[in-house]
Amino acid sequence: MEFSGRKWKTLRLAGDQRNASYPHCLQFYLQPPCENISLIEFENLAIDRVKLLKSVENLGVSYMKGTEQYQSKLESELRKLKFSYRENLEDEYEPRRRDHISHFILRLAYCQSEELRRWFIQQEMDLLRFRFSILPKDKIQDFLKDSQLQFEAISDEEKTLRDQEIIASSPSLSGLKLGFESIYKIPFADALDLFRGRKVYLEDGFAYVPLKDIVAIILNEFRAKLSKALAVGVQWHDLGSLQPLPPRFKRFSYLSLLSCWDYRCTPPHPGLLWYPGSLQSLVTLDFPVPGGINSEDCETAKVVACSFLWELRPRKLTARSLPAVQSDERLQPLLNHLSHSYTGQDYSTQGNVGKISLDQIDSLSTKSFPPCMRQLHKALRENHHLRHGGRMQYGLFLKGIGLTLEQALQFWKQEFIKGKMDPDKFDKGYSYNIRHSFGKEGKRTDYTPFSCLKIILSNPPSQGDYHGCPFRHSDPELLKQKLQSYKISPGGISQILDLVKGTHYQVACQKYFEMIHNVDDCGFSLNHPNQFFCESQRILNGGKDIKKEPIQPETPQPKPSVQKTKDASSALASLNSSLEMDMEGLEDYFSEDS
Amino acid sequence: METFDPTELPELLKLYYRRLFPYSQYYRWLNYGGVIKNYFQHREFSFTLKDDIYIRYQSFNNQSDLEKEMQKMNPYKIDIGAVYSHRPNQHNTVKLGAFQAQEKELVFDIDMTDYDDVRRCCSSADICPKCWTLMTMAIRIIDRALKEDFGFKHRLWVYSGRRGVHCWVCDESVRKLSSAVRSGIVEYLSLVKGGQDVKKKVHLSEKIHPFIRKSINIIKKYFEEYALVNQDILENKESWDKILALVPETIHDELQQSFQKSHNSLQRWEHLKKVASKCQNNIKNDKYGPWLEWEIMLQYCFPRLDINVSKGINHLLKSPFSVHPKTGRISVPIDLQKVDQFDPFTVPTISFICRELDAISTNEEEKEENEAESDVKHRTRDYKKTSLAPYVKVFEHFLENLDKSQKGELLKKSDTHMCDYWMNNDSELGKPG
Repeated sequence: MEFSGRKWKTLRLAGDQRNASYPHCLQFYLQPPCENISLIEFENLAIDRVKLLKSVENLGVSYMKGTEQYQSKLESELRKLKFSYRENLEDEYEPRRRDHISHFILRLAYCQSEELRRWFIQQEMDLLRFRFSILPKDKIQDFLKDSQLQFEAISDEEKTLRDQEIIASSPSLSGLKLGFESIYKIPFADALDLFRGRKVYLEDGFAYVPLKDIVAIILNEFRAKLSKALAVGVQWHDLGSLQPLPPRFKRFSYLSLLSCWDYRCTPPHPGLLWYPGSLQSLVTLDFPVPGGINSEDCETAKVVACSFLWELRPRKLTARSLPAVQSDERLQPLLNHLSHSYTGQDYSTQGNVGKISLDQIDSLSTKSFPPCMRQLHKALRENHHLRHGGRMQYGLFLKGIGLTLEQALQFWKQEFIKGKMDPDKFDKGYSYNIRHSFGKEGKRTDYTPFSCLKIILSNPPSQGDYHGCPFRHSDPELLKQKLQSYKISPGGISQILDLVKGTHYQVACQKYFEMIHNVDDCGFSLNHPNQFFCESQRILNGGKDIKKEPIQPETPQPKPSVQKTKDASSALASLNSSLEMDMEGLEDYFSEDS
Repeated sequence: METFDPTELPELLKLYYRRLFPYSQYYRWLNYGGVIKNYFQHREFSFTLKDDIYIRYQSFNNQSDLEKEMQKMNPYKIDIGAVYSHRPNQHNTVKLGAFQAQEKELVFDIDMTDYDDVRRCCSSADICPKCWTLMTMAIRIIDRALKEDFGFKHRLWVYSGRRGVHCWVCDESVRKLSSAVRSGIVEYLSLVKGGQDVKKKVHLSEKIHPFIRKSINIIKKYFEEYALVNQDILENKESWDKILALVPETIHDELQQSFQKSHNSLQRWEHLKKVASKCQNNIKNDKYGPWLEWEIMLQYCFPRLDINVSKGINHLLKSPFSVHPKTGRISVPIDLQKVDQFDPFTVPTISFICRELDAISTNEEEKEENEAESDVKHRTRDYKKTSLAPYVKVFEHFLENLDKSQKGELLKKSDTHMCDYWMNNDSELGKPG
C-alpha cells in the first residue's frame, strides 16, 4: 500500500485536485480521511450514514435485491441524503467526501461487537453492490485498477476445454456457448460467495468466474478488508491495555478543546484521522503501531485510532491505559448510541432478572412466546433434550426474558433428567455451557439473545434440530398444520403463508402476533424474539409494562436542555446538551422506523 | 474378534500407550516437518479421563513430552484442537483476548445419527453393515470434491471408532483458511437441508452443477444394492409413503396403484422412474423439475456434514489412534484405495491388540531371552506385531506424501532462511524431554 503525500498534506482541495481525490462514485475506502471537521459535521455525517444504512437494510428486506424497484428506491434514498451514487454527475466531490468520511465514522461506532460488525459490513456491502451495478461498463476496469484489484482472463483454449462445466455452474450465464464472455481464473477462497452457493465452476482450487459475476469477488475483497480493519481495532484494545502507556502519550483535557477534538500525530506514523478545526488547541499524540512500522500498519493504526477513541466503556478502562478517555466523553455517547440504534436494542437481561418463575414458562410459552421459541419449548418438554443449536437459541431467549443463572440451570437440569440423563452427566456436560452463556466461564462474554436476523440467516436447522425460524425453515404444509394447531383462523393462515412465500418471515411472525393478541396493528416492527415477548406481555398486562424498557446506553451527561445552540462561543457549555439533543433526534428516528 | 469390556479399559490403556501407540508417526504428522516454528508446541490437545473429566489446553514441547504425559494420564479419549498464538498450557498467563486460535486442519465429521430419517436398519448410535454404505458413499463424494474441485492434496480419513468418519485436510494453505471459507466449503458440499419440519430436503435447480452431477454418478454405483436391496426403501406402504411425500401429489395415485402391484423395491423404483419422467414431460418448468429421481437418491444417500465441526478453527476433534471408550475400537485411518472394503466391525479393539501383544511377547520372551534389546526399540516395533500394523501403514503413506510437499516448502524457504531453519531444528532435537 502506498501513501501518497498529497492525501496527508492537503485539507480541502480545489478544482481538478478535488476530483482526483475521489475518482469514482464508489470507493473501497482504502485511505482514512485526514481533514479537519467540526463536531457538528461529524454528528451529522454519522447520523446520515446510519439513516442510509438503515434504508439499505429495509429495502433489502422489502424488495428483492437487484430488482428495478430496489435499485430506484435506493438511488432516491442516496440522493435524498446527498451521498454519491452515479459516476457521470458533475461536481461530485462533496457527496463523495461525505460518503468517505461518514463511512469511517461508522467504523468507529460499529467495530465493538461481532453482531454490530456483521450488520455494518452487510449493509456496506449491499451499498457497494448497488453502486457497482450502476457503474458504466467502461469504468469497471478503471475502478478495479484504482482499487488495486486486477484479474486475468483465461485463454480461449482453456475456455473451450471447460465451457460446458462453466455454463452449468454459473447461473448468470445462459445459452449453450460461452462466446465472448471473459472468464477469470481466481483462487477459490476469493470467490467465497460464489462457490459456497455452487454458483461457479471449481477445478483444482480455482474458481472460473465470468465477468458478470466479478462483483462477488470485489465484494469478497471489500468484506475481507473491512472486517480486518474492524477487528484490528478491537484486538488492539486488548493489546493496549496490556502495556503501560508509552511516555510519548500526553494526557490532555477535553475541556481545553472547545468544540474540536484533537489528536495529531507526528511523522513517521500519523496517528489519527481526524484532527480538528481550530488549530490553536492541538495536542500531539504519537500512536504506537502494533508490530512495528510499515505502510500497512500505518493504515491499521489509523483505524485503530478509531476504536481507540471509541473504546471508553468505563468498565474496560484504566485511566492509565487510555489517554483518550476524557476527550471521548464527547464522542462516546454518540458513537455508542449510533451502534445501539441499528435494531433498537439487544435485549440483554439487566433489569428484568428474576421476574419469571419456572412454573410460569409453560403458560407463557403459548401466550407470549414467538413460534420459534414455542416450538423449542414444546420439543424440549417432549424429548427432554435439545441439540446445541436449540439450547443456544432457547437458552438465551429465556435468559433475555429474565431467568437467572440458577433458574436456568434448574430448568434445563430438570428437563434433561426426565430424559433419563444422569444428573452427574448433566453437571459435567451441560451446566458449563449454561454458565458460559451467562458469561461465567471461558471468555466471560455475556451472550445476548439471538435476533430474528441471526436466527433466520445463520445456522439453519438440520436433522434432529428444532431451532431456527418456523416461518423460514418449515415446509409450507407443515407450517400450516402448526398454525392450525395454534388456532389461527384459515384466513389468517393464508395471509401468513403468502408473506412467507414472499420471504417476509418477520412480517409473517408479526401477523401471527397480531392474530393471537387480537390486535389490528401491533404498532411495532418485529426484529427480535424477545421483543415479541415484551410486546406480548405489554398487551396482556393491560398496557402496563412489567418488563424492563429498552436499555438506554449509559450516558454520563446530565439531562439535556432542549435548546440547541450553534454559537461557537457557547459551544463548550452546550456541547453535551447538543449531543444529547441529537441523540434524541436519533431516537425519534429509530423509534419511528424500527 | 475379542469382545471389549469397558471395565478393563484403564489397564488396557496403560499397555496401549506404553507399547502400541504410534508416537513417532503421530509427532511427524503434527510437527509438519518443522516448517513453521513452534507448530507442534502451540497445538492444543485435550484429554478425557475417567468419569468424563475433561482437560483442555494441554500442549507439549516435543514427542517425548507428549509420550510421558499420555503414559501418565492414560486418557480415555484424545482430542486435537487448533494451533494457537501461544502455548496452550500457558494460556492463563496470557492476557485474555491475546490467546487466539490461528490455524488448524480443515476437518469434517460425518455421523450416522444424522441419517436417522433415511435409515431403516438402525437408529442413533447403532450401525450395521446395511447402513455403513452411507459412509462409503460419503467418503467417496466428499473426497472427490476436496481433491478435484478444491485441489486439496493431503486428506486423511479416519474411522471415528463408533458410528462415523472424520476427515482431516492437512495442506498448508488449508490450515490457514478463515472460518468463513471453511463454512463456505461445507455449504458447497451440502445438499440435504432442513430439520424436523421439512420433508423434502433436496431441491435441484434446472442447471445441475458439475459437483452434483459427479456426486450423483457416485451414488448411482451404490444405489441399487444399498437402497433398494439392503435398505429396501420401498418395502411396504409405510416406507413408500415417505418417498411419495417427496414427489408431486399429481402422481401419488398412479404410484400407489403400481406400488401395490409390484413385488419388491426394485420393481417399484422402476415404476417410480417411469411415472416421474412422464410427469416431467407434462409439467415443464414445474418446480419439481426434471430431476425428481435424483432428488430422492440424494436425500437418501448424499453425505450430511456437521457444519459446526468444520467451521470453527478452535473446534476439537477426536484424534486418530485414540480409543473409543464405549466400543474400545481404535480410530484408525481408512485406506482410500480400499474404501469399499473397509468394515468398521473388523477394526481392532484395544482388547484385541493388547491380547495379540501379550501372546507374542510371551513367545518371544522364551525365544529371545538372551538378546538384549532396548525398551525403545521394542516399543517402536511392537505395533507391527498386531492388527494395528496395516492401519499405521496407511497413516505412514499419508505422511510420506505430506513430507514431499513439505520438502518443497522448505526448499522455498531455504534460500533465505537456511541457517535459521537448521539452528531451530537442532536446538529442538537437542532439547531434553
